[in-house]
Amino acid sequence: MSKTVKIRKGANINLVGIAECKTVQADLPKTFAIKPTEFHGIVPKMMLKEGAEVKVGTPIFHDKKNEHIKYVSPTAGVITEIVRGAKRKILEIRIQTASNQESEIIAKVDVNSIDRAKALEFLMNAGLWCFIKKRPYDIVADPMETPKAIFISGFDSAPLGVSYDYLLEGQEQNVQTGIDLVAKLTKGKVHFNINAGDSSFLSKLKNVEINRFDGPHPAGNVGIQIHHLDPINKGEVVWVINPQSVAIIGRLVNTGVSDFSKKIALVGSEVKEPCYINTWAGAAVSSIINGHVKDGDNRIIDGNVLSGTQVSSENYIGYTSTSVSVIPEGREPQFMGWIAPNFHKFSLSHSYFSWLMPGKKYSLNTNANGEDRAFVMSGQYEDLLPMDVYPVHLIKSIITNDIEKMETLGIYEVAPEDFALCEFACTSKTQVQEIIRKGLDTAIEELG
Amino acid sequence: MKFIKNIFDGIRPNFEEGGKFARYYKAFEAMETFAFVPGHVTHGGTHIKDAIDLKRTMFLVVIATVPALLFGMWNTGHQHFLALGEMSGLGDGLMDKFLFGAIKVLPIVIVSYVVGLGIEFGIAVAKNHSINEGYLVSGMLIPLIMPVEVPLWMVAVATAFAVVIGKEVFGGTGMNILNPALTARAFLFFAYPTKMSGNMVWVNTEGGQVVDGFSGETLLAQSIVSDTNYIDQAGQAYGSVSDTIFAAFMGWIPGSIGETSTLAILIGAAILLITGIGSWRIMLSFLLGGLSMSLLFNLWDHNAFMRVDPILQICMGGFMFGMVFMATDPVSAAQTNMGKWIYGFLAGFLGIMIRVFNPAYPEGVMMGILFMNVMAPLIDHYVIEANINRRLKRATVTA
Repeated sequence: MSKTVKIRKGANINLVGIAECKTVQADLPKTFAIKPTEFHGIVPKMMLKEGAEVKVGTPIFHDKKNEHIKYVSPTAGVITEIVRGAKRKILEIRIQTASNQESEIIAKVDVNSIDRAKALEFLMNAGLWCFIKKRPYDIVADPMETPKAIFISGFDSAPLGVSYDYLLEGQEQNVQTGIDLVAKLTKGKVHFNINAGDSSFLSKLKNVEINRFDGPHPAGNVGIQIHHLDPINKGEVVWVINPQSVAIIGRLVNTGVSDFSKKIALVGSEVKEPCYINTWAGAAVSSIINGHVKDGDNRIIDGNVLSGTQVSSENYIGYTSTSVSVIPEGREPQFMGWIAPNFHKFSLSHSYFSWLMPGKKYSLNTNANGEDRAFVMSGQYEDLLPMDVYPVHLIKSIITNDIEKMETLGIYEVAPEDFALCEFACTSKTQVQEIIRKGLDTAIEELG
Repeated sequence: MKFIKNIFDGIRPNFEEGGKFARYYKAFEAMETFAFVPGHVTHGGTHIKDAIDLKRTMFLVVIATVPALLFGMWNTGHQHFLALGEMSGLGDGLMDKFLFGAIKVLPIVIVSYVVGLGIEFGIAVAKNHSINEGYLVSGMLIPLIMPVEVPLWMVAVATAFAVVIGKEVFGGTGMNILNPALTARAFLFFAYPTKMSGNMVWVNTEGGQVVDGFSGETLLAQSIVSDTNYIDQAGQAYGSVSDTIFAAFMGWIPGSIGETSTLAILIGAAILLITGIGSWRIMLSFLLGGLSMSLLFNLWDHNAFMRVDPILQICMGGFMFGMVFMATDPVSAAQTNMGKWIYGFLAGFLGIMIRVFNPAYPEGVMMGILFMNVMAPLIDHYVIEANINRRLKRATVTA
């Protein structure tokens, strides 16, 4: 039965630059890249060398731990460079685009009759497995495990979040097909969670349990939704996937042709006309922002302003992100800024005046607004994390590397993005998401 | 402001690596970040950050103490002239009283800040860590809970003890178990009890002859003898208990510098509650704890002190100041919401209990809060155990 969950904790941050419902077509980028670092938990093993020719959908590397999980090229062309970092860690595999965009043809499957093993094989061969992540730990899912349920968050509550209704316009059939396929992967339910007021096609999807969430960010985070619908206990696994990835899976099932085109939102106060853009997974950032962004010292973010990854115009966007945000850098020191009234600044606390102007939209920059300090204030995180978890104590258990405490305080239920608001609001400027990620990585090693 | 920036930019090389004063970099950094919120940008994690930082938080608490400080200055003068039988009307000699008080109070404030900040800077430089802003608040709270006649050297010793033993040995701001300001007060009481209680420390009577009937006693001391007959420093009896309550609420009674005026403290409380810096859970539960204990004592009715009207009980002494500025210290209080209710209630409850059971202490509230500071981690421990048990139970049900 579908239910409505009321989320009381959390907060919305109103920023200037939300995308209007209009779409422009980006040019085909001259270069693409696939970034193994985007897929937390895998160790890439190259299948092709520099200079190899690839089509859209040609496998480039696989996971060292499971050679069946393949990662494929989003474009047709030639592998020009494998960028490595410390200890020869692969950071990026760059591909020069060919003018002729040939695609690999994948054997079509019948979504109604396919069994679980075949569905897994289909997704891994087509390079779509990377879209499925698992909780606990927020890493790429392990096909050897069987999840107790699959969760899809059908709305984005983050600042400058996208409208999935618009993002997936015209893809209704693909979304349904994608759901039908991923539903084969679990014996439990597929939860599709939408905003309380949503009456779009998302609310009419079949073969899923539709749940409604009513409340501020992070209500749209799938981790929060899992916690309220079917929390993860020790030994349990759930898989999560975002609606755009579901549509890409469904499209491949329906057409049989590898295709990594997708629509993203270009948002933020430094975008001239925030809108949606048709582009590709792994596309060069320059192909997306050129001509759309105001001059100046800007921060380009692959993803949203709370949990996204900083990129430059020489970098590439990820496979799963649904937006690129552009905001101003904040490198100007402010004289006595900590005491000034600062009507233009935004705070979730009442120590600035922004709480008196709830409807106002802010153009926030990347200034840290203060320096790192020890934990002093209490109760801040608790008001922003709608989970029955004690965030500060969990964080302290991670800092002190107390595995047993981490486990009992709820490490299985959390993901870094769920703590992004806590990090935003922290008086002591603690890097909360980084700590949570470190805790999850420790837990993978110690608890498995 | 460009020229100030230029000054900092000009002298910075001396403090950077290889410079003449490189080891004092943290002190330089503290001064620079005090003048300018630095142009540091976020890296990793969230790309935008809330405008609040620890400097603003602490500064807002200092602002919240200002009404109590200003009133304390006036009241110091008022009590002085009252005892000497001069300008005994409330409205008489407003400026004279204020100036007299300011001359008495400001040196204590200065000593507290100079000694405390001096030690903080020294330790920060020695350990090469950034200077935390916590002492901005402690440095103001310490003078406000001192009797006006406390010798300045004692303030210096107590401040040094509070900062070193109360805070730095635990690792500095954010790590301390006891509230530093109360640690200073407790240190003085136990080290120099005769100087910190009795009839000689609350009112300055220099330069004149005290009036007949002057006692120098606080209302708390008078409560031991009777719960109905109170006199002021001019030896005049209050007309009724409600007159006494009114005087205690407004604050023109003898006592520690910033503790006497419930009204001034409540203005501070309003600032802390509106800005969300002070915990309403702790303040409310503390108040309820104090009132409950007072009412229970009323029922017990064993001696005069037990019969004191609950409203008078909470308006006297350091109860309100402790509730608003001491118990709410986020570092030494309980950290969980449930824990805050328990912590606040027991601190208020024990404060009144100790006050009445052992009137030898000048004020039980200080002891109540310090005791609960020590107990706060234990309270949190059990609140969190309950959360852990909820989680474990869920696992076994579904398994």
